[in-house]
Amino acid sequence: MSLVAEIRDVSKSYGNIQALSEVSFSVEEGEMFGLIGPDGAGKSTLYRLLATLLVPDSGSLTVMGHDTVKDYRLLRRLIGYMPERFSLYPDLSISENLNFFASLFGVTIKDNYELIAPIFSQLAKFPDRPAGKLSGGMKQKLALSCALIHRPPILLLDEPTTGVDAVSRSEFWDMLASLRKHGITILVSTSYMDEATRCDRIAMIDHGRILRTDTPERLVAGLDENLYNAVAPDMFRLLSGLRTLPEVIDCYTFGAALHVVGTNAFSPEDIVRKLAGMGIEGVSIYPAKGVIEDLFIKLTRNDQQ
Amino acid sequence: MNILGSLIKKEAIHITRDRRTMFITLIMPLVLLLLFGFAISTEVNDVKVAVAVDKHTDTTRDIIQALDVNSYFTFEGITEPSEVELLLRQGKIDAALILRTDGGATTYQIIVDASNPTVAQAAVSYISGVVEHRTSSPVITRTLYNPQMKSSYNFVPGIMGMIFILICAIMTSVSIVREKETGTMDLLLVSPVRPVSILIGKLVPYFILSCIILAIMLTMAYTVLGLPTSGSIFSVIAVSLIYIILSLSIGLLISTMVDNQVSALIVSAMLFLVPVIMLSGMIFPIDNMPLPLQGVSCIIPARWYIAAMRKLMIQQIGLEGVITEVLVMTGMILVLLLAQLGKFNSKK
Amino acid sequence: MTNSNIAISVRDLTKCFGTFTAVDHISFDVGKGEIFGFLGANGAGKTTAMRMLCGLSYPTSGSGTVTGFNVCTEGEQIKRHIGYMSQRFSLYGDLTVAQNLRLFSTIYGLTDGEIKSRMDIVMKRLDMEGMADARVKSIPVGWRQKLAFAASTIHTPEIVFLDEPTGGVDPVTRRKFWELIYQASSEGMTVFVTTHYLDEAEYCNRVSIMVDGRIAALNTPAALKARYHAETMDEVFRTVAKNAQRSE
Repeated sequence: MSLVAEIRDVSKSYGNIQALSEVSFSVEEGEMFGLIGPDGAGKSTLYRLLATLLVPDSGSLTVMGHDTVKDYRLLRRLIGYMPERFSLYPDLSISENLNFFASLFGVTIKDNYELIAPIFSQLAKFPDRPAGKLSGGMKQKLALSCALIHRPPILLLDEPTTGVDAVSRSEFWDMLASLRKHGITILVSTSYMDEATRCDRIAMIDHGRILRTDTPERLVAGLDENLYNAVAPDMFRLLSGLRTLPEVIDCYTFGAALHVVGTNAFSPEDIVRKLAGMGIEGVSIYPAKGVIEDLFIKLTRNDQQ
Repeated sequence: MNILGSLIKKEAIHITRDRRTMFITLIMPLVLLLLFGFAISTEVNDVKVAVAVDKHTDTTRDIIQALDVNSYFTFEGITEPSEVELLLRQGKIDAALILRTDGGATTYQIIVDASNPTVAQAAVSYISGVVEHRTSSPVITRTLYNPQMKSSYNFVPGIMGMIFILICAIMTSVSIVREKETGTMDLLLVSPVRPVSILIGKLVPYFILSCIILAIMLTMAYTVLGLPTSGSIFSVIAVSLIYIILSLSIGLLISTMVDNQVSALIVSAMLFLVPVIMLSGMIFPIDNMPLPLQGVSCIIPARWYIAAMRKLMIQQIGLEGVITEVLVMTGMILVLLLAQLGKFNSKK
Repeated sequence: MTNSNIAISVRDLTKCFGTFTAVDHISFDVGKGEIFGFLGANGAGKTTAMRMLCGLSYPTSGSGTVTGFNVCTEGEQIKRHIGYMSQRFSLYGDLTVAQNLRLFSTIYGLTDGEIKSRMDIVMKRLDMEGMADARVKSIPVGWRQKLAFAASTIHTPEIVFLDEPTGGVDPVTRRKFWELIYQASSEGMTVFVTTHYLDEAEYCNRVSIMVDGRIAALNTPAALKARYHAETMDEVFRTVAKNAQRSE
């Protein structure tokens, strides 16, 4: 497999704010690559660099073998970019928007319709509706269609699922998955950690630094060690109680349970007994399955203190 | 369709679909022209005037007759010199002309109610005009170019100077900045379209819109306002087109200075519209300004346009008389465009 | 639930915009000190419902009380007895920590004496005593969120409405924020919260899911999961919201 994007030691700052520091990773052909991190981690800056809209302070970015600074004109034909907000012309109709973006790339809708058909078919029913009057999920579909209309070999999607409800989010990921059979490499960013499992590989990013890059499975491997679920009728007291124990490295809420990271000396039975001694009753502790969010918490734990 | 064509078409849709703005843009020039042309007029009609004469001669009869038939005066009759003050105080007359004949020579005195200085000034100059013409007084004043001193003429160039700044500079800058705000500018830049095409795609529709407005305003000026057509309309149009391009360049300048629509409006209004009104000579004559302000007025594009339009439309001088103004405006265009192309192409 | 234990109680609350029924006969009670999760698909009518509960708009029909005041007539009193925090707007970045707190105290009508004592308490509790003069935009996002929560509850309201308070925030900060919510709730404050993170729905005492203007499901997270045979709230939400007809 060849590399579609290669980011090497890229740093970028705005005034005295360091948006990215020494970021390196690479994306392989046909991959669904996720860039996962909270707001302000530097995701959008990285996208703007890849989209040739910004020039790095140092380091280099190569997309399809072309440098984003030197060969930006050539690259602009190859990249499909969907910025953070669904950028469309609200006063133009659905078909006017799509036609306009097609003409920018010198193609017609017909040329690549079969590529966008699964996404666009729902919108095709009311082509004259202004884009500004569409719902969030519909706008997202139209923006994706516009980004795909010139059949780019690489698609850059910057937080396409932000502000969209869980149902539309899940639908959107299904659409992305279906695009992969056309061989399009997709680079997608998100602040929802649970979406990581939808990607082939992910890079975790925080405060402008890449924490880890790997497949989601390999990233969470080994996390289960000494990771436990804990539940009790009074969760808030349980949380404070667990934090006082020397066998507990970290403890945080996780869905319906608490996740407890223990030392090697951590034994569920002991802990339940100790908690009962503090007056916290009805506790049950059992092994938990670590996910990307656990890893993120683990990797950023020291920063937060 | 080629790329430039679709950029222009897209922009045209933006303009025509926003009905309200479109309506205002087309109606505002008409309203302003009519307002300044008729309603807000600095010329004075119907000055009520009385004459006091100590001895009737051919000259005095001639003067009285001239006042009587002149449409700017309402002749209130002949009165005694001692009555004049009372009539003025009662408001029955605005001005009085006292004629004395001494050994064949006629001397005159004008008494005027200056509680409204505009009326007073006009009355004095009208009456002097009538009298001086007919006495042996050596001062002969002639009013050139605008013999009736119609102020509506005078305002036509000023309003045109203002309208084009409004339409071209404000609308262009707001439309570019809006694309920056919504992020669509990024999409345009990431496409293979050259930045210069994006700019041209923005400018052409507003240029066409300005041309339509120019046509409307000239038609109004030459028909309803009765501007003499003997001057070269071709020169008027040519110089106006240069000014429109200059205003568009200013719009581009504003769009590179700011990154949201509100600042675009504020900058356009504060930096361009207000100086156009105050310093371009549209309302306050440049020669009456203190020297530093006169200097400042030199960098205001509208000053040069208004000066050129006055020469072309009112003085009826040919194109050769406005070469300085044309050169200054062309120079401004070149400086603005070159500076911005560089800036637009460069990346952050 | 007895009357004195009820913070919010609405019956058949409806809001129409022209022919469009944004909120369609919703009825529910929220107990004092409860953490109530208010979920829904995009366009389900969450925002409209929340505006009515906050006294910002009056219902077309239906009845209800918030902190004992009538939602149909006493909007002004309701506003004085609740706190509101949204992720979109929370604090003024150019003002300092202390200036922000003082501003919100004044907005909520505290007297000068109250402002002084409340601010001392809040600064101590947040562990921010040394940061009073720091500009809000210069402090880390985690602190900013705590501060925003403190500002919206500076007048010790009976209910605090949180509109997507944790959107885009990193997992650690998100959790710290929920600990603040737990603490407030354990002290008797009612918390009414919306979120797109469905794991956070698990932290609520009860959760309602709005679909097409109606409340399609309302119960404890455990009961909802049992009823829909789901492992997580995410599955519950997707099952319930899947058949939504409208979006925004």
